[in-house]
Amino acid sequence: MRIAVLAVQGAFAEHEKILDMLGIEHFEIRRKSDLEQYFDGLILPGGESTTMGKLLHDFDIFDTLKEKIENGLPVFGTCAGMILLAKNLTNDDTRHFATMDINVRRNAYGRQLGSFETVSSFGDISDVPMVFIRAPYIESVGENVKVLSTVDGNIVAAQQGNQLVTSFHPELSDYTEIHRYFIEKIIKQNV
Amino acid sequence: MSENRYGLNKNLAQMLKGGVIMDVTTPEQAKIAEAAGACAVMALERIPADIRAAGGVSRMSDPKMIKGIQNAVSIPVMAKARIGHFVEAQILEALEIDYIDESEVLSPADDTYHIDKTKFKVPFVCGARNLGEALRRIAEGASMIRTKGEAGTGDVVQAVRHMRAIQSDIRRLTSMREDELFNTAKELAVPYELVKYVHDNGKLPVVNFSAGGVATPADAALMMQLGAEGVFVGSGIFSSGNPEKRAKAIVQAVTNYNNPKILAELSEDLGEAMVGINADEIKILMAERGV
Repeated sequence: MRIAVLAVQGAFAEHEKILDMLGIEHFEIRRKSDLEQYFDGLILPGGESTTMGKLLHDFDIFDTLKEKIENGLPVFGTCAGMILLAKNLTNDDTRHFATMDINVRRNAYGRQLGSFETVSSFGDISDVPMVFIRAPYIESVGENVKVLSTVDGNIVAAQQGNQLVTSFHPELSDYTEIHRYFIEKIIKQNV
Repeated sequence: MSENRYGLNKNLAQMLKGGVIMDVTTPEQAKIAEAAGACAVMALERIPADIRAAGGVSRMSDPKMIKGIQNAVSIPVMAKARIGHFVEAQILEALEIDYIDESEVLSPADDTYHIDKTKFKVPFVCGARNLGEALRRIAEGASMIRTKGEAGTGDVVQAVRHMRAIQSDIRRLTSMREDELFNTAKELAVPYELVKYVHDNGKLPVVNFSAGGVATPADAALMMQLGAEGVFVGSGIFSSGNPEKRAKAIVQAVTNYNNPKILAELSEDLGEAMVGINADEIKILMAERGV
């Protein structure tokens, strides 16, 4: 199995570290020629979604990735990655891939002073450490979207078929279970 | 500041990695920076090149101007406080700034003490010329480091010198015997735990950007190849001929810093770069402030 990590900006190295811990082969996508390689899944890391969204177009990798996601490529977006996948942003006119039927609020917890960490459950997994950095959350979901986690009444993780998103950053702790979920329940199930 | 809060502040810096933080003086410039792909902006009244030209005392920016920029963009907004001026830092925290730069670019307010950054909830970035300075700032609570370079010159030589110094200090530390670390901690005047961390991990415990003198996509890529995790660009963008195009090119150069073919395309037809001043010709070396 081989996973591609979008590496145009942000905390991509942290995802690669988790994949190393799980013994999963991976490579970085920074330019168009990187897309010629084979991969079973894609990770969209945390970072600045405006920066990442723009660079996807500047390096001409947007259309190919969007098409792959629409054709069922397993994709896991954390924080900014969630914003890239959202069909609708409630406080921003920008849209990126817009492949997942979720309404997302950017910087939903305010500025850096609103960043926090907590422990909550994710699907059947309990006691998941969750780090939120200037994070978005999901305000509402379409009918094909499964809500996997809520914190204080706000949706912070969800799945729609091949697409998994979290508001929090599982890559910032040494916690591997969310990535394992992506690999076992999405990539290997080929949903 | 709780351990938890310090961790979150270091985490925000991790999200900025691989990105460019641009100095802006107006909401319009902030929007240009955001549209060009900046991962954060630094709000200040005058860019360093103009501070250098004007002379006199340089202070924290007007909160009204900072708020204008906060309202104009959705990316993180940083602002500068004078070295040791903890009240300016308190004011910036009250504005809910995303990152405070305790900066040698402004006139220092204290010639002995830096701000005790552990007393704040908002994160701090500080400048450093070598490993000792970097670790002293981290011990005081900085959750991000940038090499100082020499702001407002457009001359990359000092940024290179400082990044090379930090990286070679780190390499030297990693090759030491464990019992030699105690003496290094004494020599650098930093806590043993920080020296031990660098020895064990081969890197600083926080994110390290480059700053001070970056003017071209090639400069930015040079700093990345030398080990920077991202780049601050101050005067280099908005005192150049075509800020929009140059800003965009520098952002793309930081992503593909290892690809000369892409860098060649990005360097093409950018208009006039900032004129710059040779770092040897200037009277005031800002990098010597706050050691």
